[in-house]
Amino acid sequence: MKSLAELQAVKEKTVGSLTLREAGAQVQPGSSVRLNVLVCGGTGCTSSHSEQIIEKLHEEIKAHGIEDEVEVVRTGCFGLCALGPIMIVYPEGAFYSRVTVDEIPEIVSEHLVKGNIVKRMLYQETVQEDGTIKSLNQTRFYSKQMRLALRNCGVIDPENIDEYIARDGYQALGKVLTEMQPSEVIDLVLASGLRGRGGAGFPTGLKWKLCAPNQADQKYACCNADEGDPGAFMDRSVLEGDPHSVLEAMAIAGYAIGATQGYVYIRAEYPIAVKRLQIAIDQARSYGLLGKNIFGSGFDFDVDIRLGAGAFVCGEETALMTSIEGKRGEPRVRPPYPALKGLFGKPTVLNNVETYANIPQIILRGAEWFKSIGTEKSAGTKVFALGGKINNTGLVEVPMGTTLREVIEDIGGGVPGGHTFKAAQTGGPSGGCIPASLIDTPIDFDNLTAIGSMMGSGGLIVMDETTCMVDIAKFFLEFTVDESCGKCTPCRVGTKRLLEILNKITSGNGTLEDIDRMEELCYYIKENSLCALGQTAPNPVLSTLKHYRDEYIAHVTEHRCPAGACKALTNYSIDPEKCKGCTLCARNCPVGAITGKVRETHVIDTSKCIKCGVCMENCKFGAVVKK
Amino acid sequence: MQKRISHLPFHDTPEQAQKLDAAIEGLKGQPGAVMPALHQAQDIYGYLPQEVLKKIADGLGVSLEEVFGVATFYSQFSLTPKGRNHISVCLGTACYVKGSDKVLDRLVAKLGIQPEECTEDGEFSLTACRCIGACGLAPVMTVNDEVYGRLVPEDVDKILAQYAAK
Amino acid sequence: MDMVNIKVNGVSYEVPQGSTILEAARYAGIDIPTLCYLKDINQIGACRMCMVEVKGARSLVAACIYAVADGMEIFTNSPKVQESRKMTLELLLSVHDRKCLTCERSGNCELQTLCNEMGIEEDTRFEGALPAGEKDTSTAYLERNNAKCILCRRCVAACQNQHVSVIGANNRGFDTSIGCAFETPLADVSCVACGQCIVSCPTGALTEKDYTQDVLDAINDPEKVVIVQTAPAVRAALGEEFGLPIGTNVEGKMVAALRRLGFDKVFDTDFGADMTIMEEASEFIHRVQNGGKLPMITSCSPGWVKFCEHYYPDLIDNLSTCKSPQNMTGALIKTWYAQREGIDPKNIVSVSVMPCTAKKFEIKRDHEDAAGLPDVDISLTTRELARLIKKAKLNFNALPDEKFDDAMGVSTGAGVIFGATGGVMEAALRTAADVLEGKSLEQIDYHEVRGTASFKEATYHVGGMDVKVAVVSGLSNADALLKKVRAGEADYQFIEVMCCPGGCVNGGGQPIQSATVRAYTDLKSARAKALYDQDKAMPLRKSHENPVLKKCYEEFLTDGPNGHKAHEILHTSYVKRGI
Repeated sequence: MKSLAELQAVKEKTVGSLTLREAGAQVQPGSSVRLNVLVCGGTGCTSSHSEQIIEKLHEEIKAHGIEDEVEVVRTGCFGLCALGPIMIVYPEGAFYSRVTVDEIPEIVSEHLVKGNIVKRMLYQETVQEDGTIKSLNQTRFYSKQMRLALRNCGVIDPENIDEYIARDGYQALGKVLTEMQPSEVIDLVLASGLRGRGGAGFPTGLKWKLCAPNQADQKYACCNADEGDPGAFMDRSVLEGDPHSVLEAMAIAGYAIGATQGYVYIRAEYPIAVKRLQIAIDQARSYGLLGKNIFGSGFDFDVDIRLGAGAFVCGEETALMTSIEGKRGEPRVRPPYPALKGLFGKPTVLNNVETYANIPQIILRGAEWFKSIGTEKSAGTKVFALGGKINNTGLVEVPMGTTLREVIEDIGGGVPGGHTFKAAQTGGPSGGCIPASLIDTPIDFDNLTAIGSMMGSGGLIVMDETTCMVDIAKFFLEFTVDESCGKCTPCRVGTKRLLEILNKITSGNGTLEDIDRMEELCYYIKENSLCALGQTAPNPVLSTLKHYRDEYIAHVTEHRCPAGACKALTNYSIDPEKCKGCTLCARNCPVGAITGKVRETHVIDTSKCIKCGVCMENCKFGAVVKK
Repeated sequence: MQKRISHLPFHDTPEQAQKLDAAIEGLKGQPGAVMPALHQAQDIYGYLPQEVLKKIADGLGVSLEEVFGVATFYSQFSLTPKGRNHISVCLGTACYVKGSDKVLDRLVAKLGIQPEECTEDGEFSLTACRCIGACGLAPVMTVNDEVYGRLVPEDVDKILAQYAAK
Repeated sequence: MDMVNIKVNGVSYEVPQGSTILEAARYAGIDIPTLCYLKDINQIGACRMCMVEVKGARSLVAACIYAVADGMEIFTNSPKVQESRKMTLELLLSVHDRKCLTCERSGNCELQTLCNEMGIEEDTRFEGALPAGEKDTSTAYLERNNAKCILCRRCVAACQNQHVSVIGANNRGFDTSIGCAFETPLADVSCVACGQCIVSCPTGALTEKDYTQDVLDAINDPEKVVIVQTAPAVRAALGEEFGLPIGTNVEGKMVAALRRLGFDKVFDTDFGADMTIMEEASEFIHRVQNGGKLPMITSCSPGWVKFCEHYYPDLIDNLSTCKSPQNMTGALIKTWYAQREGIDPKNIVSVSVMPCTAKKFEIKRDHEDAAGLPDVDISLTTRELARLIKKAKLNFNALPDEKFDDAMGVSTGAGVIFGATGGVMEAALRTAADVLEGKSLEQIDYHEVRGTASFKEATYHVGGMDVKVAVVSGLSNADALLKKVRAGEADYQFIEVMCCPGGCVNGGGQPIQSATVRAYTDLKSARAKALYDQDKAMPLRKSHENPVLKKCYEEFLTDGPNGHKAHEILHTSYVKRGI
């Protein structure tokens, strides 16, 4: 692609075919296509067979001879993963949820052919009392969201660069290369207030500014797509749904700092994202949007993929670079910072996927526009992966400053099963817990840090009263111990010892001194570890100690797990009042710990019981109790 | 994380050897070639036997120990062969909170192997993994490329039976 | 040099820009404890022992790599720093095999020293799981006990620095361990036995394989004639084990000690070094005059020879076929000397004391058995000799200076300087020049090949021809040079290679100096100086002038240097080992 005019031509050619992707849109005059069927091709929905649904759709559509009238598009993630696989039919905006292959013939014959929406298969919240359906944007899940980083996810076909271009794709790169000096680009990003979405929230523009003046024969602009927090999948969804936005932004960063080569370091556990990213790179190269002399500006930039191989620590910037260099992904000491000596010892800028995804729009719409979203010190939006004990598991993007309550109760639809919200965990193994008492905290970088958690990359795990906070801390420590690289003493030995103390406490053998010793160890590890993984590893312990110290003390002094989650401190028994003597529990007990005659009260032998809970799951009368 | 090392005899086909040679040839001289080479080798052989690592080391001009150090650092690289059916249980937060540890326990009991091991008959291998991103289906496990979601431990028996029969 | 102003513990100092906090603090007379730091070899900031407080920094910083900046305020002794050091040591001890009483490194262990200084109690508050703590006793020269390893990785860096890299960090996290690929025993990989890992180890995780008891058993066996020889570099370093300044030549006391330990004869490997020169110079002249394989490369350093066999098997024909001085001495002890004295060589136990661990490997090589018996039966390191002396409770520093036994204890200055890099080359040139010129030359100091530079080259005009020589020490430098030789890009005729950086004075069998000492003392130069000083003071400084050597050729090796008999007794062969 040698000029903006060529880009414009592609846009104009394609833009018409995208008009049908919003509720109530008009069919393009002269076009035979009257329906667009969007099927989510994100990892979540693919896992629940959205590929087979697409196949079946094609089959049925062909059988009915309406191929020319219906366009089936495999998109990126819509966000409502709990309802997957998801399928939306435009222009009606009919939102089919948990679609099965068996439902497809009916949807095609009734809806696509005859125009009768199969309402019983829709996401029920969209079906209104009067029988009409409301658009997605009016549902609780979507109404409070603002999709910037995810603007193209669930809208375009990520494997078709033309669709990205039709949505103003590569316009920002064109603008930067033809109208702006590198320093102007940096100033613009700086002025927007964009902060790194990978966790620490370092100002992106500043990062670029620090790297730009460093002279070298080679510089790099890299992308961190090594999303390792358990339960977080924001970056994956962006790459699966809108890979070009990241490539475009990397090229912009390259121009700003003087780099000609980029690497995307991505988890090998994300095969779909890897595939789509590779397709995107190939397409961008074939259009000349990556490669030599982009837009005839004389600027060269190319991107290669480097696969991770399962090491959480490689999300840390120096470890990531060591890994790209083909070594053990062990972090290096900073300074020197990557801006001066990064990948292969050359000046390097590394940004996270979501950070990059914001860049093209900041360039096109301006710093003021971006700053107007979010809070004063945290501009823009943040994508969260909602998970755990919440109804609407999935991906949400909200303006910074949205309260935790809005995210959990409105967007997330609250805690299921009649349970009550106890805490939310953000920042994964580096973060901490936010207790229910702080549910009205507006979410931004500084607020979360102030209350002892952190933004992290955006995992947001909801917990209810059955979750033991000591157990959760232990869970994260197990993760950290597993993922510690082993280079520095505090993290290698310290986190292991921390975990051992937690194990002691959750098994009922802890002492009050253990809690003190553990706290001391936490502060030591924070202060002395080589990289951020170690420095933040104690956060789950420290934050639960801060807000739920009483739970720790209950484990230690009363040998009791208040949430009933710690196996060693939990005992099952049968309430003689409720037991009907049906024998179901005894028959299902894997260790024969339950005895009792038919129609007589049963008893659990606690010395034999392995606390697997099968009896409780099987009892129809609620007679098995856990204490 | 301590990697298990396979002591099973190494066999390869001429096609595999040829593929590996081509992969190494393509990576020669590239900066940071060890990781991509290991990825490709694992794709070809299913795991990373000593003979393959030696070939990579010689081909890329790095020491075998360096390659081994890299291979044992990353959890995705396996030095042991996988079973005909590879089972992976997600222990990511969402799955864990919804009881995937119990699913794993059940598998361990049923198969008589620990995570990162392969059954003697080569039918099943087992691993515990971090989030695979199907949190909406939690708890999940995968058998080969098939994802099983919203599991309870009892489902394990049915699923295993399905594969054992094949 | 640009200077910056800093404050250390409240006092202002001017220190060179670019210094690390560790270096800067030293200007202020303050040491900061370290464990993983080994100057120029390992600077990775991993152990976190050297954490200090810097005003304004987010957390404590690692002094070993953090550079000073103008106006920086550093606190090396604040309560926070003290707490950090204490906890780091407690955690390291919690995974450490704490059998210090019986540890070889007790008293010379950097971890132990720090624990004593910081007042750490033996029972740590953090008792817990232990790593696997693998042991490797597969080789004849080295033992690894990972239960004492603190994962500082100094050995890994030392091995890398030798371009060998057979050990490295494997696995991850708490299970990280140092070892070879696929847990292969060290004996089965391309380890060159140089022992640089041992002298880099701050604890007792790496030690030489100890043969002192074997020596004592031999001495106590009335049937055996136990003959010991000592290499040139040993006398330049042994004193360090007894508190003498680095670079003290203790030849006389060493000989006295060996006699008092009960050795029947005390010979000087320098004699063998003179023999080596006769043979090697003759071999070189022969190769030059007869179109033999050039460049000829020295073969006295067994670590180097093993390296060549593993990594440059195509170049083994370039190696001189001469045995090393150790094995020439050993071979002549069991042949010429035994014959002359009427001793059955089977009753001789030939012991050597070497600055080297690879010598333990060398004595077990093929074709190192001139009398049909091993030329050398037991090879000890300088450290093992010190252990024997301490065990016998000899007051080393009070011993008189004694002389080697004449039979094979006479040597020249040329033999002495073998212990330093460039020494073999200089010694060979002294003899070759005289032989080729056919007269005794006055100018015998070859300054171009002296000194601790890693690579030296010179061209000398001798006997009507230009001889271009190169001298390298340290295998990374050898590797670089050999690559050129292999590619045909190096037109040298004669190359001296020493395995260890700086040559034998810095060998893997020498006394272990702590990282702190190594950071501020140039061990190589100080020890080498002792040898060059001795050379300068000697009446005979050319190998071919050694009277005992002359006698040996007259009486025994009658067809002269590089002759048939000499080949049987004093030359050897090499094998292609590969990696």
